[in-house]
Amino acid sequence: MLSLAIISWGAFAQNDYSSMNHSEKDQGKMDMKDNSSASASITVKHSKSASAVIDRYLKLKKALVEDNSQKAASESKNLFDAFAKFNLSAKSNSEQKELSEIIEDASEHAEHISENSGNLDHQREHFETLSNDIRDLIVIAGSDRTLYQMYCPMYNNGDGGMWLSSSIEVKNPFYGSKMMKCGSVQQEFTIK
Amino acid sequence: MLSTEFVNVYEVPENVQQILLNSCYNCHSNNTNYPWYSYVQPIGLLLENHIYKAKAELNLSEFGDYSVRKQRSKLKSMISQIEKGEMPMTSYTFIHREARLPPEDKNKLIDYLKTLKNTSHEN
Repeated sequence: MLSLAIISWGAFAQNDYSSMNHSEKDQGKMDMKDNSSASASITVKHSKSASAVIDRYLKLKKALVEDNSQKAASESKNLFDAFAKFNLSAKSNSEQKELSEIIEDASEHAEHISENSGNLDHQREHFETLSNDIRDLIVIAGSDRTLYQMYCPMYNNGDGGMWLSSSIEVKNPFYGSKMMKCGSVQQEFTIK
Repeated sequence: MLSTEFVNVYEVPENVQQILLNSCYNCHSNNTNYPWYSYVQPIGLLLENHIYKAKAELNLSEFGDYSVRKQRSKLKSMISQIEKGEMPMTSYTFIHREARLPPEDKNKLIDYLKTLKNTSHEN
């Protein structure tokens, strides 16, 4: 389970999966699903522990927005390295397990993206799952900046896909120039 | 079979088990049946490398040891790879005819994996 204690929930309704595609897969993780209003803002603690990960994730996202597969590959290699350097031992025991699972999964996705230069579709597919991992990571580990969770309902044959951005402006990493503006802000992560 | 086997982690229906065993298990599990020509070099080395990579990517024998997060990730990738016809690999099924995945089986497998993915809770 995610450590819920660090989040001030405000009035947080449902996460992207459960509300958008009738999938229940993430509901167990977000136990607050019965809250009624959907003002989607989550406060996370201020921390620099994930700064390198966030920096490199955003660079990877930018490369995908630009339809630049090769750059996405090299940026995700950097992201992979940032995961390897993430200081887990500085975290509490209760956070370590979840964080190490997130990092293990996210590292695999980063590795895939780095190995699939020339295959933007496949890179984007892994980027979508990776984005969920990064979201969960900052909920636990905190962030050094405000981040927006964006959502494009069209991605993946209508199953939808989310990503994180440091800007409120929609620049879609799943479609790039084909559909740059598809998406909207789903949630805002503000710093305590 | 181990308790961490994919087919033991979930209550996989008999017909889907058969499909998994035919089309996935030979490379993505610890139960590889090495064919006679795997003893002929360099084919054997190529095959060994192929299976090594396949297992690192997805080992259905160890599925139960994966974190729930990783299981979800893998289910998602399995569905996508099978849907797109990337798996089973044509370079493999070209020789291993028995591993081919006919459209009917493909649909059954995908439907089942989607059900799993949608009901996979984090607990």
